[in-house]
This record gives sequence, structure tokens and C-alpha cells, in this order.
Amino acid sequence: MVETTEIETKTETKTEAEAFEPFILGIFCNWCTYTGADQAGTSRMQRPPNLRIMRVMCSGRVEPEMIIEALRRGADGVLVGACHIGDCHYVNGNFKTVRRMPVLVNLIEQYGLNPNRLWLRHISASEGAELTEIVKEYVEILKKLGPNPLKKHK
Amino acid sequence: MSKSDLSSQPTSDSDSSPSSDIRVGVYLCHCGVNIGGVIDMTEMVEFAKTLPDVVIAREYKFYCSDNGQAEIAKDIRNGLVNRVVVAACSPRMHEPTFRRILVEEGLNPFYFAQANIREHATWVNMYDSAGAQRISQDHLRMQVAKVRQLKALEPQIVMVRPSSLIIGAGIAGINTALDLGNQGFKVYLVEKDATIGGHMAQLDKTFPTMDCSSCILTPKMVEVSRNPNITIMAYSEVEKVDGYVGNFQVQIRRKAHYVDQSKCTGCGECALHCPVVVGNEFDLGMSHRSAIYIPFPQAVPGLYTIDMDHCIKCGICATTTVCEPQAINFDEVDEIETVEVGTIVVATGYDTIDVSHLGNYGYGRFENVVTGMEMERNLSSTGPNLGHPVRPSDGQTPHSIAWLQCVGSRDTREGNHPYCSRVCCMYAIKQARQYKEKHPEAECYIFYMDIRAFGKGYEEFYESASHEYGIKFMRGRLAEIQENPDKTLLIRGEDTFLGQPLALNVDMVVLSNGVEARADAGKIASLVTIQRSTDGFFMEAHPKLRPVDSLTDGVYIAGVAQGPKDIPDVVSQAKGAASGAAILMAKGEVEVEPYFSIVQTALCAGCRSCIGQCPFGAITFDSVLHVAHINPAQCKGCGTCVSTCPNNAILQNHFTTKQLMSIIEGVLGDDRVW
Ligand SMILES: Cc1cc2nc3c(=O)[nH]c(=O)nc-3n(C[C@H](O)[C@H](O)[C@H](O)COP(=O)(O)OP(=O)(O)OC[C@H]3O[C@@H](n4cnc5c(N)ncnc54)[C@H](O)[C@@H]3O)c2cc1C
Ligand code: FES
Repeated sequence: MVETTEIETKTETKTEAEAFEPFILGIFCNWCTYTGADQAGTSRMQRPPNLRIMRVMCSGRVEPEMIIEALRRGADGVLVGACHIGDCHYVNGNFKTVRRMPVLVNLIEQYGLNPNRLWLRHISASEGAELTEIVKEYVEILKKLGPNPLKKHK
Repeated sequence: MSKSDLSSQPTSDSDSSPSSDIRVGVYLCHCGVNIGGVIDMTEMVEFAKTLPDVVIAREYKFYCSDNGQAEIAKDIRNGLVNRVVVAACSPRMHEPTFRRILVEEGLNPFYFAQANIREHATWVNMYDSAGAQRISQDHLRMQVAKVRQLKALEPQIVMVRPSSLIIGAGIAGINTALDLGNQGFKVYLVEKDATIGGHMAQLDKTFPTMDCSSCILTPKMVEVSRNPNITIMAYSEVEKVDGYVGNFQVQIRRKAHYVDQSKCTGCGECALHCPVVVGNEFDLGMSHRSAIYIPFPQAVPGLYTIDMDHCIKCGICATTTVCEPQAINFDEVDEIETVEVGTIVVATGYDTIDVSHLGNYGYGRFENVVTGMEMERNLSSTGPNLGHPVRPSDGQTPHSIAWLQCVGSRDTREGNHPYCSRVCCMYAIKQARQYKEKHPEAECYIFYMDIRAFGKGYEEFYESASHEYGIKFMRGRLAEIQENPDKTLLIRGEDTFLGQPLALNVDMVVLSNGVEARADAGKIASLVTIQRSTDGFFMEAHPKLRPVDSLTDGVYIAGVAQGPKDIPDVVSQAKGAASGAAILMAKGEVEVEPYFSIVQTALCAGCRSCIGQCPFGAITFDSVLHVAHINPAQCKGCGTCVSTCPNNAILQNHFTTKQLMSIIEGVLGDDRVW
């Protein structure tokens, strides 16, 4: 696992980085972020083609295994989308996510992955514009980071 | 044993590895040009055929149409497919439509998955076909992988109580209450103020018909109070909402009136004797009331309340000579009442936009600059000047008045109000006409960006204001207002028609300020778990097709709480919300998605970690079997317990770990070429 750190910190050449299209897996809660992503679509807010979205009912449902599995299988970034604190459809599921994610970020770091490979963001049902900005920013950051090194370890 | 080891144990979740009898049909919808105009559908069909267990892949212009649905139905009927994936719009839009086809063809509706390739692919990558295609293919991979793992489920049926909670008793809440009450449903109408009526009670006349607002509102208020099915809970606030569609438990704080409402006769002697004088909120502080008061004479319920922030506890009102029925009770405390309802309607209305921060207009500094609502009270025959508007600085009749439109609204500079408030153009014209009727010699100016006279009879109303009433409409945005030494006002700006600077002296300026979401809208949204739009108003489930439903089943929204609108639109929407709630209650039962979680007793170690995670108290501990148990009726299906269980012992229907993991494996399969 140590070697992945080295790969991770290795700087890519510019052309490689430019050609690289990061794969982002979005795990979004049904009530806020998934709906916000629908709103971004309905409002035709254009974003880079890097985000795949899977739906869970609440961000509290997001299991550490899912994130680890996605990264292990080569996703370049995982974006967990939750309601804002206080807005969770199930009262406080997102609060649990907020507490769980930093531990996971820590864990993936110990595995040699850059902590930016896992983002948690609070995006409400009307924040399609915020989602769009977040995806743009995430794509930029992941492009700089380069491909997930675990991809090569299949 | 680690958690991942356990997941390979034979559980009801994992014994369903896709087998040869799974036949997936993939239906790729063009959605006109929305999808078909961006990505290559023929290529998508070929791609779909390469996915595991896919036996049929078809494309069609509109799968939601009759013909499209028939094609899917035929394939199921002919035994060709037993799992269905539609790649189209968001499942939030058409999942119910497609599930119904499965039911009609005798297939379990939960053998369906929808790949969102419109909102999440082609609409956000309209100019990048290759990118949109990539995302669409991945979304298809994900849903095909998921559908292979899905299990048959029985829809859950829950009873719906024939009673409704309505929060807010403006014209929206009042109409909803009457419509529901008249249909025989029990209604609890909760209003935070001491009277029902809302903003409409403050209006003098209403555009475009110039009906007297009180004359059309107060009979409705009385009707509400007489309706045996409606319980008015004035001076009350909702504290807590538990439960789910059909069965909400609501805690309501009944604020202390310090006047026993069962004894008060509303005679008003107390107010006459009360020595305290404070500004009356109903007249925006332009008139006075005592500490013991009713908000306005036609208030419903017309019973008195003591404003403890201002009461000096002199006790005069409590003497038998003043209050014969002995209704005064200084020791009264707030009470919490719990009611059980099947449906909820949120009709909490609006706040007017605060204009005191708009420094260039001088509101708060210049006495003769007033807001739209202040002018409304100023014009009202029940207002502080009994319908004879005066200039605040000297009490004289103003000769010239200018209305400034779009103050606060359509403005992103200060406060975030990019939207049109939809009532200010019309209320300014109304007020100017009212003033002209009283003082035909007066000069009335309306400074506007553009006049929005969109409703029935509005354009005619506007036309006659300029042609018959001689109101002067000036197109331009005003830069600032200055006060002259005699307190008249100098308006400066630009006439955008003539392209010339403009300066005008007037006696009085009315800032036609718009409306905004109530300051406590966030609190209400959390209480009933509904969403808010970018503008802060409550969000409807679909802007066109479900304008009065919230995203939460059984909760509806009505009136300006959902967005700016005038009274005709508020009333129509209130009827809509009442009808939505009534449909549920008349049926008496509703189907809810069976996404509840189940403890697999054999795997449960009895650690109880899940119990504290459940916000709904749905998990109990069976101390005999030493396992956790989830009550499906109480479980709302968030799945938080599932991700908490260290033993993988909990399954969430339709979102089992296996099913969710299959999505990830499906899109990030070993065969994926990077
Ligand atoms: C100056 C002005 C003039 C206007 N003139 C006209 C006109 O001539 N014609 C026309 O068609 N429209 C007019 N309008 C628009 C009109 O006022 C609104 O369309 C209408 O009053 C909205 O009714 P509502 O019931 O949605 O909201 P509201 O009237 O705001 O009622 C909401 C009610 O809910 C209560 N409430 C709020 N929060 C809570 C809570 N948490 N718990 C319990 N209760 C709560 C409030 O106290 C209030 O009673 C005018 C608006 C303004 C500002
Ligand atoms: S429902 Fe969105 S985080 Fe819980």
C-alpha cells in the first residue's frame, strides 16, 4: 500500500492530465442532492461529463464499504451528497454521515490515497447551481491529482 | 469475522445471485430531442445488448406515451422479459408510470429500475455528445446491474386519518380549511397570531375588481369559526411533527393569552381601561392599542389577549367592575396540545421585504417615504387615518405621490430577490387609483421597469389607470431620493424612454416593496421536512405537474408560502391543496413504498448499535431472543441503521447492501477499460 502513495504524488505530464477524464461516483440522497441534480438538469446547467449518480434514500445509508469498493475498483473520486444539517428528510441521517466521512477520509489516506478522493457535500434540492460548481471544482482537482492509482492494481 | 466476510454468508440478501431466468429488457427513450438529439440512440441499443442478462434493447421517441408503454407491456406479456430498465428522465418523474405497466402485466413492480440519462446526462451535457453518451452508458450499466438484484416486494398500505393540520390562517389557510371542513374532514387550523386573516385583512381594496378586502374576507373568517369541523387554534404554533403520511402526530403550543378564552366575551371593556399605549402591529405602528387587545375589530376569534411584553400588571382589567366574567388570569401558562392528522397543509404566507437597508431610498430616515403596506393601511377606511391618506411629516393631504416599483424585487444587489413579486405593479396601480378617486386633482406617478399586468382583467385595469385616471407612468429606475428642507422629496433617476436624467419633487413616496419567504421558513421546513427553492419559498414536488404537493407524502403547500402570487392564485392553489389532501383522506389509505428495513435475526448479535441511530424509535430490543426488531410501520426507510450494523444483519428493502454494491460493481466492473 505504501507504493500507492508514491504513485499518487507522482506529477503527471500536462498532456496526460488534460486527456484524463476523472470518473466521479456520486452517491446522493433522494430528497436533497438527487433532487438538486434533477434541478440542475431541468435548468440545463452544463457541467463536465464526469459524474455518475447513484441514489440512496438518505446519506445515512452510505456504507463505508461502498466508498472503499468504488475507490478500490478505480473511481477517481467519490462525491457523497447529503441534505444540509437540519434538513435531512429523516431528521439526522446526514449528521451521522458527517461524523462518519472524516474517519473514512482518514482511512483512505492511510491506504495511500489522496484525501480529496472522497468528498462530502451538502447540496439541497434547489441547489443545482451549487452542485454544478462543486462538480467543476472537483473535476479540476481530480485532474490535477491524476488517475486513481488503484486502477493499475487490478 | 470481518464485515465483508459476512456479506458472503447465505442471507436472504445474497442468495439471489443473478441466474439464467433473469431476462432484462432495456428501453431507451429519446424523450423527443431531449435525449435523442444529444446522444446516439442506435449505439446505445447496441451497447445495452452487451450488458449481462439483457435480452432485449429497444429505443422509442417517448416511452411514457401510450404506444411506448404498450411496447414494454407486450414484451412482458409475451414472456420475453421479466426485469425492466427504462433509460429516460428522472425516476422522480416517471417511476410510478413505468411500475404500473409491470403491475398491469402481472409482474412485481419492484422489478423495475430507471436510468436517469436526461436530467443527469443529456441535459447537463447538451453540447458534449461523447460525454453525455459516456454518462448515459454508465447510468445504464448501473441500473441493469441493480435490476438483476432486485427482489419482489409488496407495497405497503397505510391508513390515512380523515383529519388535516393547516399551518397558517391567511386567505390560503382559510380557504383550504373551509374546503376540507365542508367535505366532512376534521381540520385543525393553526395560526401564530391572535386572529386569522393574514395579510389580506390589512388590505383596503383588492385589484383588479376593487372589492373591499374586508367585505370578502371577514365573512370567510366567520364561516371558519362556525364550521363544526374546523378547530381554530389561534395564537398557537406547531412545535413538533412526528409520524408519516396518514398518521402524523403534531404537538401544538397554545400560547398563554392571560385571558381565559372560554370566559372572555370580547366585550372590550378591558382595552378601554388599560393604561398602556403601544403601537398597533396591524397598522404597522401607525395607530395605537392597549396591552390587552384584539388585533382589529373584525378579528376571529374576537377574544382578548394580554401582550405581556408591555403589560405593567396594574390589574385594572382584572377587577370585576371591568371584566365581569373574571376572564383575566395572569398565571396562565402555555399549553402543549397533541393532535393526530392524516395530512398537513403549509400555508404560512410571506414577509414583506425590509427596505430600511436600501439607503438610497431613505426609508426610515425620511418621514414621507413609506412602504406599500403602510400606504395600504393609510388608504384603508379602518386604518389610522380612516381612509384619508396623509403625509406622515405633517398630517396634511399630499398633492403629489410617486410609487417606486420593484423595490427589493428583481434585485440581486441587496438581499437575494431576483424574482418578480407579482403583486406590486398591481397594488401600486390600485393604490394610485384609490388616491385619485379621493383626490382627482392629485398628481400620481408610477416609476416602473416594466408593468406586469398578467392576470384576468389586469391589463384593462392598468389601461384605465392611465387613460381614465390620468396616473402618470414613468419608465425608469430611480437612483436616489433626497429630502428637501420642507420634507418634500426630490426623486432623481433616469427616464429610460427618453434617455434623459429625471428629477421630480413630490410630497410623498411609496416604495412598492415585494414579498419574501418568511424569516422562519427554514424552521417550518425542518418541522414538516419539506424543501425550499432557491428563492427561499417552499418547494413544490414538480413545478408544473405537482404545484401544491411537497416532496413529503401527505404534506401540501398553498398560498404565497410557495411563491409570490395574488389572491385569485392563492385561492386556486388553496383549492388544489385541499383537493390533494382530500383525495388521500377520502380514499382512507395510501400505498407507500416498502423501503423499510428488516433485521435478519440469525445474524443479529444483539449489540444494539442500531437502536440509538434510529431517529424514529422504530427499533426495539427483544430481550428474550436478544436481537433487535424493526417495526415496519414506524420505519421510514432511511437505511441509517443498515450502515451502522457491524454484522451486516439489517437489510433495507430495495436498497440492500448487495443491490447497492452491484451498482458499483456494475459500473466499475473488472472488464472496464480505462
Ligand atoms: C401591499 C400589498 C397589497 C396587496 N394587494 C393585493 C390586492 O389588491 N389583490 C390581491 O390579489 N393581492 C394583493 N396582495 C397580495 C396578497 O396579500 C397575498 O396574495 C395574500 O394575502 C396571501 O395570502 P396567504 O394566505 O398565502 O399568506 P398570508 O396572508 O401571509 O397568511 C399567512 C398566515 O400564516 C400565519 N403564519 C405564518 N407563519 C406561521 C407559523 N409558523 N405558524 C402558524 N401560523 C403562521 C401568518 O400569521 C398569517 O396569518 C397584496 C400584497 C401586498 C404586500
Ligand atoms: S435525506 Fe438527505 S441526508 Fe438524509
